[in-house]
Amino acid sequence: MNHPGPGSRWSDEQVELFIGNLLRYGVMTAAAVAFAGGVIVLIHHGAATADYRQFAGEPAALKSITGVVAGAARLDGRAVIQLGLLLLIATPIARVAFSLVAFVRQHDRMYTVITGIVLALLLYSLLGPK
Amino acid sequence: MTLLVALGAFGAGMLGALTGLGGGIIIVPLLTLVFGVDIRYAIGASLVSVIATSSGAAAAFVREGYTNIRIGMFLEVATTVGALAGAYIAGLISPNSIAVVFGLVLLYSAYRSTRHREEHRSAGPPDRWAALLRLDGTYPTREGPRAYTVQGVPAGFGLMFIAGILSGLLGIGSGVVKVLAMDQAMHLPFKVSTTTSNFMIGVTAAASAGIYLSRGYIDPGLAFPVMLGVLAGALVGAKVLAGARTQLLRMIFSGIIVVLAIEMLYKGLTGAL
Repeated sequence: MNHPGPGSRWSDEQVELFIGNLLRYGVMTAAAVAFAGGVIVLIHHGAATADYRQFAGEPAALKSITGVVAGAARLDGRAVIQLGLLLLIATPIARVAFSLVAFVRQHDRMYTVITGIVLALLLYSLLGPK
Repeated sequence: MTLLVALGAFGAGMLGALTGLGGGIIIVPLLTLVFGVDIRYAIGASLVSVIATSSGAAAAFVREGYTNIRIGMFLEVATTVGALAGAYIAGLISPNSIAVVFGLVLLYSAYRSTRHREEHRSAGPPDRWAALLRLDGTYPTREGPRAYTVQGVPAGFGLMFIAGILSGLLGIGSGVVKVLAMDQAMHLPFKVSTTTSNFMIGVTAAASAGIYLSRGYIDPGLAFPVMLGVLAGALVGAKVLAGARTQLLRMIFSGIIVVLAIEMLYKGLTGAL
């Protein structure tokens, strides 16, 4: 992988390459974690069918980041899958965060502000008051 | 059920890639109409699959140099605000109303997918906003990089806000509206609008996914097979697309989408969801 070197100003091509890799490895990691969770669920519960006809909402442990992480640490299968899905949601957010760093380093003030607004909106959605 | 859902999602992903509409717009009607899943769970699962396919494809496009990251970044302000608004609206209106809106968007998408896309050659004076925001760019061709200019920035920005609302409300990528904004309003070359739209879809979907997660709409047992199925289907669909008679395929699949649209409208209007 061709990492943008420290100290130098990053070219647009270097940024594009890094963003491409970030997205690819983000999706691959998320899918692998979710897959591991799926295996755990199958081992513990077999192919039990759930009912999705009636909307009940997920339990609190699968609705918050702290709940999902705690459940995944106990190797609860559903929580591990949810952690994978959370990593997937985090992938585009990490991409925007990296773009912000790149625009700062390119001394691009206008796009630093624009990217900062998008990142703030994304973080508000994920972490903000519900 | 899980295996059937994964298979269905595979079909949806393939269909989405072949029609260029994306998997999300097919996965929600499939889950609600065929599997009887509550539309809220269906939207949560769809959003997750939309992020996966968009990010996977964007990884390749960005490296090829077609994606205009500045245009994407700027327009993401409109789509993320829209997506947050859409997710809040979804919490206020009934599932049946969501189904009706979904049916209308499906009908419009089917109509767009059969129409020939017209590539505008940018004429006229350069856009003031495009110059200010440095949106003009180049894209690779066989004869070397070709420059393009950007038109209609305010109109494109407005359409992107609508695309964001639909994405957050319905759990879809809204690729059709995004491409419309960039083809028709901003006059971007096809390759640039297609890849930049795809690049933006992941961020737009992530904006509402956080809210859906905290509302308990994202169920791991449903979202996981859907994500894997759509991702695999989209990969196969892209391969098939490379050597297929796309015009005929598009007509057939547009027919399927019209049927889904009518059923969504019917169920929504009669309160059967």
